[in-house]
Amino acid sequence: MSKKRGSQTYVIDSDICIKNTYTIVGPEEAQGSFKDYYDYLLEDDLWECKSYEKAEIKLHKEVIDGVLKKEYLTHNNIDCIFGGDLLNQIISSSFSAREFEVPFLGLYGACSTFGESLAVASMIMDGDNMQRTVCATSSHFGTAERQYRFPLELGTQPTPTSQWTITGAGAVLLEKNSGNFPKIKSVTIGKVVDYGIIDAANMGAAMAPAAYDTISTHLKDMNRTPDYYDLIITGDLGKYGLDLLKHFAEVDGLVTDNIFDDCGARVYTSKQNCGQGGSGAGCSAIVYSAYLHKELLAGKLHKILLVPTGALLSRLSTMQGESIPSIAHAIDIEI
Amino acid sequence: MIDKTAYSEYVNKTVPKTQELKTLLTAFITGGIICMIGEGILDLYTATLPMLAQEEIATLTTITLIFIGGFLTALGLYDKLGTIIPITGFANSIVSPAIEFNREGVFQGVMSKMFDIAGPVIVSGVTLSAIVGIIFYLIEVFA
Amino acid sequence: MDIFLRYLQVFAVGGLVCFIGQILINKTKMTSARILVLFLTLGVVLEAVGVFRYIKEFGSSGITVPIIGFGANLAKGAIDGSKYGIIPAIIGGMQKVAGGLTAAIVFGFIFSVVSKSKTKRM
Repeated sequence: MSKKRGSQTYVIDSDICIKNTYTIVGPEEAQGSFKDYYDYLLEDDLWECKSYEKAEIKLHKEVIDGVLKKEYLTHNNIDCIFGGDLLNQIISSSFSAREFEVPFLGLYGACSTFGESLAVASMIMDGDNMQRTVCATSSHFGTAERQYRFPLELGTQPTPTSQWTITGAGAVLLEKNSGNFPKIKSVTIGKVVDYGIIDAANMGAAMAPAAYDTISTHLKDMNRTPDYYDLIITGDLGKYGLDLLKHFAEVDGLVTDNIFDDCGARVYTSKQNCGQGGSGAGCSAIVYSAYLHKELLAGKLHKILLVPTGALLSRLSTMQGESIPSIAHAIDIEI
Repeated sequence: MIDKTAYSEYVNKTVPKTQELKTLLTAFITGGIICMIGEGILDLYTATLPMLAQEEIATLTTITLIFIGGFLTALGLYDKLGTIIPITGFANSIVSPAIEFNREGVFQGVMSKMFDIAGPVIVSGVTLSAIVGIIFYLIEVFA
Repeated sequence: MDIFLRYLQVFAVGGLVCFIGQILINKTKMTSARILVLFLTLGVVLEAVGVFRYIKEFGSSGITVPIIGFGANLAKGAIDGSKYGIIPAIIGGMQKVAGGLTAAIVFGFIFSVVSKSKTKRM
């Protein structure tokens, strides 16, 4: 029987377990809502490196190392590393992969890369091609700011819809048939959706339509209602983007209360001056790896739909007046 | 699913707005204070350097303010001020990209990125002054 | 008392200029470069039409410290130069602002060699 359901969803028949996770976060995240859940907290986001790019590469490498060490595995034990980040030519992922003698598939979906990695890895594993893989994504405030926005020392003012790029990385170890762990049950690959938002400082509004498109397609393909899940959590829409997502759902008559949430809106506390919340390829990776995974293991959550969201813009596309195309992938994780 | 037109209307209606009063008040006060500091430096130089012409004192004041703006940028403090309109902000817009790119080396980093933000100011300023010069020269000749 | 009043005028004029700039930032989401260019152009125009010196008499550093003053200086240099021929007219602006520009470049270079950008905190 085909694994495809509806138009965009694929069920994962075999037991693809998320066996373990590892996270490293920067100083702001270390004071955020999930401070007790992270594995390693940085006091300085330069981490004794000569540049922020080098620090992000180190982040990326260390989370992969971290998750392997937790499981007493060496590089020889894994079939492939999946992952990506926000930097041009995804250097954090590929430069960290040169430290390991392991096959590597670099992926890019902006901040949705964590979802893209989980989707690609679980489908390949479900096809009996690989047995054990690692998915890791990262982002860094210092590198994202200079690539997408302005020099750090320029006297700019944040606009009210802006978000704060996460400094952090998360890695998960996927393994087949390893027992009672959270499992990837189905994945929905998102379409690129562009609702004409031009303001690059309002990513939440740009990405909300893509997130809703993927979520509603997933629910339709699997013939489910939102309350099938304990939590439907998007990647980095931020507080305002989450409101927009709920508006989409409510107009279509879906119940959103206590089900819809967003990693970016949750990752910092209300006392932190982070604008609409966190963003970046590391956002959904650290929130899943640190918080959601442990809640699933503890039995506080049973079925979640993780929907990492990505804004596929570049600095040049913004300069040329283009609107912001966005994407989201839905990963159905159950225990 | 909501269509694009309805969505952009909804976003325009609900998008979080800047706190007008707070930002305007902050801009007024910081801007005013920086200008008063400039006036203070001008008075100081006028009193202590009587051998200099008025024009030289004005230039020296500008240089001092640019130094202060650059120095605060180098210390990592100017970005918190968030004010760009005083000449200190012009210094900030030159020093901040230069500092940002010093990890990419002196030539391709610092020297070439220095005008990343202030470049348009210099290009438009020089072009405009040349145009003004030519216009006034033509008036001088033909009027 | 005189000096107090003068500083008050400086504060009022300088504050007002930045206040107008802030309105632009809030309403138009213009980038810093565009706002700087706009105010510089304003300075050039104010000097060219001869209004700038009246504002300067009243506001002193309140109008010369903002980038408007830089624009006015450029125009003033060009206008002064135009009395001596076409070449002085064209290069006059740059001559007039050479001090500020040199300072910005030299200090920018020195600071950027000795300092590295630091991360922002919330």
